[in-house]
Amino acid sequence: MDKTKPEMTTLLNTTTMYQPSGKTLISKKNISGAEAVILSLIAEGVDTIFGYPGGAIMPTYDALYHYMDQVRHLLVRHEQGATHAAQGYARVTNKVGVCFATSGPGATNLITGIADAMIDSTPMVCITGQVTKELLGTDAFQETDVVGISMPVTKWNYQVTSADEIPEAIAKAFYIAKSGRPGPVVIDITKNAQNEMMDFEYQKCEKVRSYHPYRKLDEAKLDEAAEIINNAVRPYMIIGHGILISEAQEELKAFAEKTGIPVASTLLGLSAFPNDHDQYVGYVGMHGNYGPNIKTNECDVLIAIGMRFDDRVTGDLNRYAKQAKVIHVEIDPSEIDKNVKTDVALLGDAKEALKSLIGRVKEKTYPEWLAEFAACDAEEKRKVIEKDLAPTTEKLKMAEVVNKLSELTEGKAITVSDVGQHQMVVSRYYNYLETDSNVTSGGLGTMGFALPAAIGAKVAKPDRDVVAIIGDGGFQMTLQELGTIMQEKVPVKIMILNNSFLGMVRQWQQLFFERRYSFVDIESPDFIMLAKSFGIKGEQVSKREDLETGLKNMLASEESYLLEVIVEKEDNVFPMVPTGASVTDIRLE
Amino acid sequence: MEIKEEEKRFTLSLFTENKIGLVNRITIIFTRRKMNILSLTTSESELKDIYRFTVVIKTTASQVAKVVKQIEKQIGVLKAFYYEEEQVIFQEIALYKIPTKALFGGETIEHIIRNHYARILTVEEEFVVIEKTGHEHETQELFEALKPFGVLGFVRSGRVAIPKPMRKVMSYLQELEDLAYSLDN
Repeated sequence: MDKTKPEMTTLLNTTTMYQPSGKTLISKKNISGAEAVILSLIAEGVDTIFGYPGGAIMPTYDALYHYMDQVRHLLVRHEQGATHAAQGYARVTNKVGVCFATSGPGATNLITGIADAMIDSTPMVCITGQVTKELLGTDAFQETDVVGISMPVTKWNYQVTSADEIPEAIAKAFYIAKSGRPGPVVIDITKNAQNEMMDFEYQKCEKVRSYHPYRKLDEAKLDEAAEIINNAVRPYMIIGHGILISEAQEELKAFAEKTGIPVASTLLGLSAFPNDHDQYVGYVGMHGNYGPNIKTNECDVLIAIGMRFDDRVTGDLNRYAKQAKVIHVEIDPSEIDKNVKTDVALLGDAKEALKSLIGRVKEKTYPEWLAEFAACDAEEKRKVIEKDLAPTTEKLKMAEVVNKLSELTEGKAITVSDVGQHQMVVSRYYNYLETDSNVTSGGLGTMGFALPAAIGAKVAKPDRDVVAIIGDGGFQMTLQELGTIMQEKVPVKIMILNNSFLGMVRQWQQLFFERRYSFVDIESPDFIMLAKSFGIKGEQVSKREDLETGLKNMLASEESYLLEVIVEKEDNVFPMVPTGASVTDIRLE
Repeated sequence: MEIKEEEKRFTLSLFTENKIGLVNRITIIFTRRKMNILSLTTSESELKDIYRFTVVIKTTASQVAKVVKQIEKQIGVLKAFYYEEEQVIFQEIALYKIPTKALFGGETIEHIIRNHYARILTVEEEFVVIEKTGHEHETQELFEALKPFGVLGFVRSGRVAIPKPMRKVMSYLQELEDLAYSLDN
């Protein structure tokens, strides 16, 4: 079959394109549903798709073949990799990540990534092929109820069974995925719908009757919040992912500097506020910094912006910020009072809320209050950080490795961490000085996330250093994506922190299960040889004196590079708020 | 010590689009929290193309508030309300199938039907179908009264309910429209 790539005349000769001010973006007569899928994506500004073909989505892949010069498709090695790559892409751009997968196993393989995107509010549209309409419900080959399976983990999903539904479904998918609190959307398209012919006309979705992603901020509540802030003695601000999603970094900085309020971040909020700012006091959570955790229970006003009071942040809710007046800036009404009772809820976009608040608040400073955080920092430094960064152990510690990486990249790389001890260490020791630099799986805690997510991040931000930092366990969950890196030539830097253990579980077994190390001892292949087999250069470092050179080699490489660092086997991450304990009960050792 | 919150019956009124899969989207919200749905009915509401779900659950006041917010968040749900028992007028309908011969054993059945404000829907050669509307305990009482005659079949519908507050749904929907905000503004 001659499949010579067509000249780029088809689209331009027969397609009408209007300016964004007009409602119709693209129209084209008598095209297949499959081509309509691709044109819809182009109309939404999609330039990258992560996917894997198969029977039920073949017509769409055939249509994609004709648009290869407009849309880059990266062939992943497993559909889960497609979702995480799309997440990585979305997280560093705030654009919608796009995945393609076929029906049945292709679609079910997407589920982990979709669930991850749901809980971490990441905009993503997954297009899945489905068996032809007549075969629905017959247990046909590679048929599975994708709409049913994905329902609990999608913001919206929809099955398309005729071609003429395609433009509207995709327009709605993008609008829903991106607006308000972002999330994943699945559009399941039957094969007959992909093959049917239609007259295509694309209009961007601007409204869905039963969906109100943004609310006008309540002026009275803004006044009330400002009054509480202005009268505060020990105010404290915890910022989350919402700052990055609403692109409110500048407004946050201005608000913080005017009010003088100390700023802490959640795991997903990292890099929204520069780590070297005088008012930045660290990050909260189970393995967060000492001061930010205990001061939550000592502040008189707690301003939470774009964060959802996750249990890993709050610890025991009955002993969380009970003394404080809580102001919650949040776009999702269902998050208000879900975990922490709010005194003033500012329902709306974080950027808009900060813009509205800034004129209402007074200029203040809190030197004594900030000094209390500094005193906590000093204690944490003495009991934890010095031991982590200047260890007396022969083996390297994860913290010193991440710290060195942070120094060499001047805090300006995009770190994509996996899940486990190393993730907490990255969050603690990477000194984020540039925004949109932290990609990690927060809510779902998906091991195997980092390698494919780093591919997506690097494709989206080719000019930035993207370093995937992964444990030896997590790496083995999605290492097949080395194949994607090889084929697509994505210059992702991969740093494996190898402690020959499933480290976080081992730490818990040590601390809470009397050292019964139940199935946490994990053997690994020769990672360097493995990388080599994919055409990826690499080296292993196990000695302190070789660390800097190893990191420099990795960073200097113009291609992908895998650096395996052998680290202390039984290293523990501290501080730690044990499960069910109060943030006040944080352990430093 | 924390005081354990009391569980009560709540009636949820959900106004939705007429979309495939929406029932599933709504019910999985309860499933995920291991909450049992006591009854669920759905039909077109007083507004064209807008459907009303009536769901009865037993839970705490704080939990129902959270669950209703989760429901309202679903694409396709226009507005969700919840009410305590005294805030709604509600009814259920029950059908009872008994042997026709039971009618001919004196006046007892007739009295039972009259006393329970029930009515006979049909009399067939072998069976009679009786209908009663009322609250659950009332339809249950009739069931108990008919039991000695041999109940061949019994079915009770889910609750349908009309809230007492006078405000119209349209005004809530309009309020949502008014609060809607575009970031391009």
